[in-house]
Amino acid sequence: MANVGIVIVSHSPKVAEGAAEMVRQMVGDEVPLAWTGGNSGGGLGTSFDAITEAIDRAWSDAGVAILVDLGGAETNSEMAIESLPAARRRRVVVCNAPIVEGAVIAATEASGGSDLETVRRVAEELSP
Amino acid sequence: MSSARTVDSRLEDKAIALDETRRRRLVSAIACSVIERADELTALDAAIGDGDHGANMKRGFEAVLQDLDALAAMSLPDLLKGVGMKLVTKVGGASGPLYGTLFLALGKELSDAPSRATAASGFGGAIAAVKARGKSDVGQKTMLDVLQPAFEAFAAGGDAARVREATLLAADGTIPMRATRGRASFLGERSVGHMDPGARSASLIICAVCDEFGGG
Repeated sequence: MANVGIVIVSHSPKVAEGAAEMVRQMVGDEVPLAWTGGNSGGGLGTSFDAITEAIDRAWSDAGVAILVDLGGAETNSEMAIESLPAARRRRVVVCNAPIVEGAVIAATEASGGSDLETVRRVAEELSP
Repeated sequence: MSSARTVDSRLEDKAIALDETRRRRLVSAIACSVIERADELTALDAAIGDGDHGANMKRGFEAVLQDLDALAAMSLPDLLKGVGMKLVTKVGGASGPLYGTLFLALGKELSDAPSRATAASGFGGAIAAVKARGKSDVGQKTMLDVLQPAFEAFAAGGDAARVREATLLAADGTIPMRATRGRASFLGERSVGHMDPGARSASLIICAVCDEFGGG
């Protein structure tokens, strides 16, 4: 069975790419991984379309866990999830966890074959 | 939140006429009002946020203006949904999905020729959708602190001038508030003394609508 995919959504493309690099160092190619950062104007921010595409790139039948940094990243990610086809919508979650640590620990959990709920729970244990 | 839809029973049932010319003027007035005040929105956001609200909203409503002909030709629900999707995809930041949700929900709530009563009820429903999207409520120094009082003034039977007045008063009312939601909440007490940029942009949009209907 495929491993849960990880999507990293930061306001900054550099933060998103850097976090993805740290995930790759930990799990190699064992989990589908995509990152996105920046708004449609090229500035700091997040983009609904870019998040939708990132979910698609990291798609796994086991589901996708999204790690976000600040408010707009979360709101845009939730909007993107709700706009997915119904069959996919239920298999994507936003983790309430710090973006870098959350992405690394979620990916590590996913690489062991854990299901989406477990991946999310392990990442969220990082939050107080 | 059942009270969000409470509408004065004396509101007229007469349909509000919105032909293509009127729809076009309305969308254009909203977009231009936000675009013209982009620098002001950015200055407000720079004080208690990340300083991109003006540029973000400007980008979104410029995209709306680019499609003005096509949008004005649509039925009111499709027009509102079209504006909503433009804002979702172009604005970025939290305000993109929040304003996007406001317009998308209005598009779902309103018929092509709403009465005053159904318009008020639909506006209330759309505000509930924004609250759900932002996991927020009134009193947190956000756009909701303008949307809700504007709805209440409209639902109580207020005319355009009355709704406009309530809207501007509500935006001013965010100045002494302490932010507990959004980027400004990171500042805690330091968010006090500044108008919330989302409250200001919401007031620009509602005042543009009021001016359009107040002008007859």
